[in-house]
Amino acid sequence: MPLNTQAIGKSFPPVTYAVGREKVREYAQAVGETHPVYLDVDAAREAGYADVVAPPMFAAVYSAPAIGPALFDEEVAIDFARMVHGGQEFRWGPLVVAGDEVTTTATLKDISERGPMAFYVFETVSTNSQDETVCVGTWTNIVRGE
Amino acid sequence: MPFTEGQELPELTTTPDRYLTVRYAGASGDFNPIHIDEQFAQQVGLPGRILHGLWTMAQVARAQTEAAGGPQALRRLQVQFRGMGVPEQEITVRSTVRELRDGNALVDTRAEQGGKAIIRNAEAELSLD
Repeated sequence: MPLNTQAIGKSFPPVTYAVGREKVREYAQAVGETHPVYLDVDAAREAGYADVVAPPMFAAVYSAPAIGPALFDEEVAIDFARMVHGGQEFRWGPLVVAGDEVTTTATLKDISERGPMAFYVFETVSTNSQDETVCVGTWTNIVRGE
Repeated sequence: MPFTEGQELPELTTTPDRYLTVRYAGASGDFNPIHIDEQFAQQVGLPGRILHGLWTMAQVARAQTEAAGGPQALRRLQVQFRGMGVPEQEITVRSTVRELRDGNALVDTRAEQGGKAIIRNAEAELSLD
């Protein structure tokens, strides 16, 4: 069956994520971070931040509510049973701290085929309330052929 | 922190404990049962529960930020996920500075478990400021 590539370019509604202090700490602990700027408000303030700093990979958390619906979109029509997360890139701007509100928009950038595999590439662009781009994510999902 | 081409960054080793995937599911919001339900994972043909790829990527990121002295240095990280990480087995992240360019260090990095790459062809960009 030829790959349906009509959804390339489709953008999904922006989603705003409010970054909470305890969520940042919970995440930092789950990934083994020990740097005090992630865990201790006083240490973060002493280092010049308004509140605890989200580890860079917390981008996976604030982007998730935007990328989720894109993956499940009916027009994109990904076969989930055969999907694996093949690759990921994040490019970071200014650090995110607790108290920030981060708005993420997901776009389907490409659908391509290589042998029996289909590649779905999504981009997420996340901005803070000062309209600075805090992270651009490129999500490559691979769907194995039948 | 000054870097030099060819420099090896400090190796990061970590052993995800038996319940790590449950804590990461809660922390990240990714409750895909292949990560938290042993029976479900086996039913879909996996050896058992597997690690979240983005958790493993976070270990690669942590190796970079710890070497560079903080989160502000990590400008970019790109990885390919290969194979499957599993709980209760040590993971090693190794990183080598490939090139210094435009005030950034480009670092080749990979994560291995049990002698197999679970993240490979990964590249990090660290600010030298």
